[in-house]
Amino acid sequence: MSLGKEFKDVPGTTVFDAEQSRKGYWLNQFCMSLMKAPNRERFKANERAYLDEWKMSEEQKQAVLDRDLNRCIALGGNIYFLSKIGATDGKSFQQMAGSMTGMSEHDYREMMIKGGRSIDGNRRIGEHGDAQRPKKD
Amino acid sequence: MARITASLYTSHIPAVGAAFDLGKTQEPYWQKVFSGYEFTKQWEKAHTPDVIFLVYNDHATAFSLAMIPTFAIMTGPEFAPADEGYGARPVPPVIGHPELAAHIASEVIQQDFDLTMVNEIDVDHGLTVPLSCVFGKVDAWPCKIIPFAVNVVQHPVPSGARCFALGRAIAKAIASYPEDLNVQIWGTGGMSHQLQGPRAGLINREWDNAFLDKLIDDPVALSKMPNIDYVREAGSEGIELVMWLIARGAMADAAGGPKPKVAHRFYHVPASNTAVGHLIMENAV
Repeated sequence: MSLGKEFKDVPGTTVFDAEQSRKGYWLNQFCMSLMKAPNRERFKANERAYLDEWKMSEEQKQAVLDRDLNRCIALGGNIYFLSKIGATDGKSFQQMAGSMTGMSEHDYREMMIKGGRSIDGNRRIGEHGDAQRPKKD
Repeated sequence: MARITASLYTSHIPAVGAAFDLGKTQEPYWQKVFSGYEFTKQWEKAHTPDVIFLVYNDHATAFSLAMIPTFAIMTGPEFAPADEGYGARPVPPVIGHPELAAHIASEVIQQDFDLTMVNEIDVDHGLTVPLSCVFGKVDAWPCKIIPFAVNVVQHPVPSGARCFALGRAIAKAIASYPEDLNVQIWGTGGMSHQLQGPRAGLINREWDNAFLDKLIDDPVALSKMPNIDYVREAGSEGIELVMWLIARGAMADAAGGPKPKVAHRFYHVPASNTAVGHLIMENAV
């Protein structure tokens, strides 16, 4: 039984289920490899060569090179795995999360201090909240 | 006999651990977060347990996609703080209670919860940040700790009802352990937060506070809330809150006993991307 379709009806959100996990297996396992310092060094020295050691799709590799986290997630990445790329780049979790919203780092931080993004209009696709950008797939 | 004396609930935000480790707890931004644990530090001094059964989740640290156990009980003697990519946190190792953990595993599996047993694992911020918030900077944690990991990363994750029932089974198992032990059960994670996509930064203060109210007053009804409601209302990472229901299900009233007393309640926005929630409930003596 796959997850109910209601899980696809949350704007600006990709639910990491068994299907996404299957699609993103090597992308996420590549991310895990960055928890070891020697691997981080090799990745930083030649990102393309390091990525070519993994059974990732060309699209997944390009999304990593572009640091396009929304694209990585559409291609099966999960944020807890993708955060290893951010750690390699010296980014905080807040910087990573903010990078997916189209907001500047400053504006995202200010939004959080003011109480975060409102749920109003952001519960279901087609409402009128600020997270209703069309999903890339 | 061993018995559960109290349950404690708290967020486990990595940035809180970083602020703690870098000595930023008195900075205004972080002071507001740590102030919520001042009561708790004193309370724990008066109520230090022998063992904490600590429910948390691993964040792609020890469990990659190579293995994804839904429920894992740590039955080993000692667990090191994990290096999550920024170096291991400078906190003491976690000393387990292998005898009690083996007993709980055996009893709970025979109540039809098919736990995975783990003897060797490094524990990540999900486990160590709550310990730092509650016990502060110490050379050794003041009690033994049985880590218990729940998959809340890859859906489907266990339902609130399943978690609540598991809490009941854990309490029953602990109550049948012959040694006289004071046990606390902690549920960690949450509250509302979303770390991905255009909806990142979501906070739902009203929903979070209703969750705290229901967790206290009507956990059975709360446990029936479907997982989609957590994702929709509290953000894709807010689903961590199902873990709080394991701790709540282990309290006496879930097995027909008296209602617990709420010793402490705290809520604050934000810590990094996340709403901080924290509760302590005591079982009647």
